[in-house]
Amino acid sequence: MPSPDELKSRIEAALPGSQVAVEDLTGGGDHFRAEIVSERFEGLSRIDQHKLVYDVFGAEVGGPIHALSLKTSTPGGSQ
Amino acid sequence: MTGAEIRSFLEQAIQENPVMLFMKGTPDQPACGFSMRTSAALNSLGVKYAALDILPDPRIRQELSEISQWPTIPQLFVDGKLVGGCDIVTEMYETGELAELLGVEQPEEEPEAPAHGGAGDEQAPSSPPLGIENRLS
Repeated sequence: MPSPDELKSRIEAALPGSQVAVEDLTGGGDHFRAEIVSERFEGLSRIDQHKLVYDVFGAEVGGPIHALSLKTSTPGGSQ
Repeated sequence: MTGAEIRSFLEQAIQENPVMLFMKGTPDQPACGFSMRTSAALNSLGVKYAALDILPDPRIRQELSEISQWPTIPQLFVDGKLVGGCDIVTEMYETGELAELLGVEQPEEEPEAPAHGGAGDEQAPSSPPLGIENRLS
């Protein structure tokens, strides 16, 4: 069962220098919310920002990770 | 129906419907909180949209995610392009970007869940905007 810490370190590994906060929304280890600030998101649409994060987990999202709610932004601004 | 037929049906639905929502359940009876919030945002903007319930056959979701390269449900397409799931749609609703994208006025109030969608509600559900759900079943 994935833990918030595991998700956090995997996102940080994939997006070096990012600030990541992950919470387990239900305590059940399958519904998570992650807030991520990363320079990698610069110039990307929201959909592409979220895809970068979903790509870290591949088929696990929708599988063991039932839901991964995301809020992404860049260090410079709200997007 | 084969997987390939499902895929071409989905591709056609995305092309033919300017605002196309794939969700769990229907706008009147959403089967998941994320789908509910997404359709509620569209409802409160008063836009016409087509909705397809992905639950009747697991292959619908499989094929859809292959097309969109997006892992979760709901998925909102506008003019043939994936806009996002619940998070993005909700965020865009709140900032007014969704209203702008759909060419409508932003309402004053926050999106609410449809009052008639709850379990145990005896009222007959009003028909969804384009009612194409279940065409795959």
